[in-house]
Amino acid sequence: MADNDNQIKPSQTRTEDLNHSPKKAMLLSIIPGMGQIYNKRKLKGIAIFIIFAAFAVVSIEFVVSGLQGLVTLGNEPRVDDSRVFLVEGILAMIFAIFYASLYWINLQDAKNEAQKIRDGWTPGGVIENFKNSWDTAFPYVLIGPGFLLLIFVVILPLLFMGFLAFTNYNLYNAPPRNLLQWVGFDNFTRLLTLAEWRQTFISVLSWTLTWTFVATTLQIALGMFLAVLTNDKRLKGKKLIRTVLILPWAVPGFVTIIIFSALFNDNFGAINLDIMQPLFNTTIPWMTNVMWSRIAIIAIQVWLGFPYVYALFSGVLQGISDDWYEAADMDGASRWQKFRNITFPHLMFATGPLLLTQYTFNFNNFNIIYLFNEGGPAVRGQNAGGTDILISWVFSLTFTNSQFSMAAAISLILGVIVATFAFFQFRRSRSFKEEGTM
Amino acid sequence: MTDTPKKKSKKQMTRKQRSRFEVGVIYFILAIMFIIIAYPLFWAFAMSMNTTSNLYSASLNPADWSFDNFVWLFTHPRSNYLIWYRNTLFVSVVVSSVTTLTVSFVAYAFSRYRFKGRKNGLYAFLLLQMFPVLMAMVALFILLNLVGLLDNLWGLILIYIGGGIPMNAFLVKGYFDTLPRSLDESAKMDGAGHFRIFFQILLPLAKPILSVVALFNFMAPFMDFILPRIVLRSPENFTLALGLYNFVNAQFSNNFSRFAAGAVLIAVPIATVYLILQKYLISGLASGATKG
Repeated sequence: MADNDNQIKPSQTRTEDLNHSPKKAMLLSIIPGMGQIYNKRKLKGIAIFIIFAAFAVVSIEFVVSGLQGLVTLGNEPRVDDSRVFLVEGILAMIFAIFYASLYWINLQDAKNEAQKIRDGWTPGGVIENFKNSWDTAFPYVLIGPGFLLLIFVVILPLLFMGFLAFTNYNLYNAPPRNLLQWVGFDNFTRLLTLAEWRQTFISVLSWTLTWTFVATTLQIALGMFLAVLTNDKRLKGKKLIRTVLILPWAVPGFVTIIIFSALFNDNFGAINLDIMQPLFNTTIPWMTNVMWSRIAIIAIQVWLGFPYVYALFSGVLQGISDDWYEAADMDGASRWQKFRNITFPHLMFATGPLLLTQYTFNFNNFNIIYLFNEGGPAVRGQNAGGTDILISWVFSLTFTNSQFSMAAAISLILGVIVATFAFFQFRRSRSFKEEGTM
Repeated sequence: MTDTPKKKSKKQMTRKQRSRFEVGVIYFILAIMFIIIAYPLFWAFAMSMNTTSNLYSASLNPADWSFDNFVWLFTHPRSNYLIWYRNTLFVSVVVSSVTTLTVSFVAYAFSRYRFKGRKNGLYAFLLLQMFPVLMAMVALFILLNLVGLLDNLWGLILIYIGGGIPMNAFLVKGYFDTLPRSLDESAKMDGAGHFRIFFQILLPLAKPILSVVALFNFMAPFMDFILPRIVLRSPENFTLALGLYNFVNAQFSNNFSRFAAGAVLIAVPIATVYLILQKYLISGLASGATKG
C-alpha cells in the first residue's frame, strides 16, 4: 500500500498541468506505469508497474547469467554443460527481447493515451477501462499458446542451430565431457578450403541443385502433359482415369519408396530380373553406381510427384473458357500455338507459387534419398554418398559421424538458400495481399 | 463410321479417322501410365500375400496367396505391430486435437482482429512455413536429448504440433477470411462476447476446414518417417512408419513380406481417404498457399 501512495502523489500534483504533454508521459514511463498514472489511469499504472517489477525481480538473474553463459559457454569441463549454457543463453535472449518490446509498448501506450487526453478524451470508469483493455488484449490471448509453441519448438531450435554452427561441437569435443568454444567462421572456412570437405560440399551442392531442378521440372512436365491429355473432350471414363492418375499421391510416400527400392535392387529386383534381363540381356547397377542411382531416384520422384501437379492442372484446365480456343480456331491456330498461348499461360498464372513450393519441397526431400539407399553408394574421396543431397548429408553428419557443428553450418547454408527462395515467394504472395485479402 | 453420309468428302472421312487415331493414342499412353502406376502397388500387395522366405522368387499368382503375414503381425508374440499402432494412434489423436484447437485460435485472431504486430506476425508465419522443422534436426536432436524427451512420444508430439502451426494457421485463416464479417458484427451488436462469437458462430461455420486440418494432422504421423527416425530409439516406442522401415532395414529379404502386409494395412485406408477428399484437399491447399 505504501508503494501505491508513492505513485499516486506525483499524478495528483500533475493534474494541475494545463497542457497534458505526451512527451512527459513517455518520459515518466521510463519507470513503467508512471506515465499511465500521469494519464489519470491509476489502476492501470499500478498494474503495469507491478507486472514489470515482478518480471524484473524474477527473471533478471536468469537473463544476466544466461547471457554471460552464452559468452563463456562454461568454465569447468564435466561440471558445466556447454549445451545447457547455449540453450539458457538463447532463452535469456528471447526473454530480454520480450521484455524490451513490452517496455516499448508501455512507452508508446503512455504517449498515445496522453495524446488522446490532450485532444479532449477522458478515460472512462474502471469497468469500462477494463473492458477496453480486454478487447485489445484478446487477440494476443488467442495467438498466445500457438506463439509460445512456435518459439520453443521452431524458433529455439533454429537459433540453437545457428549458434551451434559457430562452435566446435563434434565427436571428439562433446559436452558434458568437454567445453565448447566459439570458433567464429572456422566451420565455414574449413568447408570451403579443406580439400576433402570442399570437394564433398561442391559435389553434394551441385547434385542437390541438379536434382531439385530436374526432378521437379520433369514431374511438372509429366503432370501438365497428362492433364492436357485427359482434358480432351473425346475421352470416356474420365473419373476413373483421374482417380488412377492420382493414386501415387494418395499412397503414403515412405511405403512406395521402400517398394521401389526393392524393385530396383541390383540382384533380385524385378526391374533387373523381369525387364532388363529378358529384354536387353543386361542388368543395371541401380544401387551401386552413382549415375544409375540418380536416374532411378529421379524416376521415382517423378512417379511420386506428378499426381499432385496433375490434379492442380486438371482443375485449372476445366476452368478455362472454351471461347479462347474457339477464337484461336477461327484464326487457324495450330495445336501447339493454342497450348503455348492459351493453356500454358493460364496454368502458370493460376499455379505459379504452388509450383515454386514443389521446388523447395524437393530441395529438402530427405525421404526419397534416405529410403532409397540411404544416400549411397559411397564415393571415394568424399564423406557423403553419391545421391546425398544437403539435407541427407546433414543427417548422416549428425547421426553417424557426430559432426554436430559442421552439420549445423551446412544447415545454415541450406537455410540461406531456402530463405532466398522464400523471398521470391514472399514477394509474390505480398502482391496477392495487396489485392485485398490481407 | 456407319452413320457417315456416303457423299461426305474424302477430307471429312480422314479427319474423323484422324480423330479416332488420336483418341487411340491417348488411350494407349494412359494405358502405359496405368501399368507404371499399378505395377509397384500390385507387386507390393502380392508380396504381402506371400509367405515364401525368398521373396524375389515370390509368386504373383493369387492361387498361392495366403493371409499368413497379416496373422503374424497381429498375433505373433514377437510382433510389435499392435504396439506401434497404439503409439501412432496416441500421437495422432493428441497432435490432431491440440493442433486444431491452437490453430483455430491463431487463425481467428489473424482473420478478425486488427492488432499491433499482426502484419509482422503474418510475415513471420509465412517465413517459418518455408523452413521445414527437419532443417533444425541437429538442434532438435541435441535439445530433446538435453530435456530427456529423446526416445519419447511426447517429444515427437511437440515437434509435430509446433512445426505444423504456421501452415495450418494459414489454411484456416484463409477459410475464416471467406466467412462474411457481418455475421460476427451483428452478434457483437447483440452483446455477444469474444469467446461466444468464436465458439458459437465462427467455429460451427468453419467445420469443413477444421475437419480437414484435424484429419490431415491425424494422418501425418501414420505417414511420416523422418521425425520418428530422429526422435525415437527403442522398438517399443516406434510409430508404424518407423517400425515397418525397420522390418525392411534389418533383414531385407526375410521381412519384406511382413513390411508389405503392414504397409497395405496403412496404405489402403489412407489412400481411400485421400481419394475421397482429393478435390477438397488439393483446392484447399491451393487456396491456403496462394491467399497467404
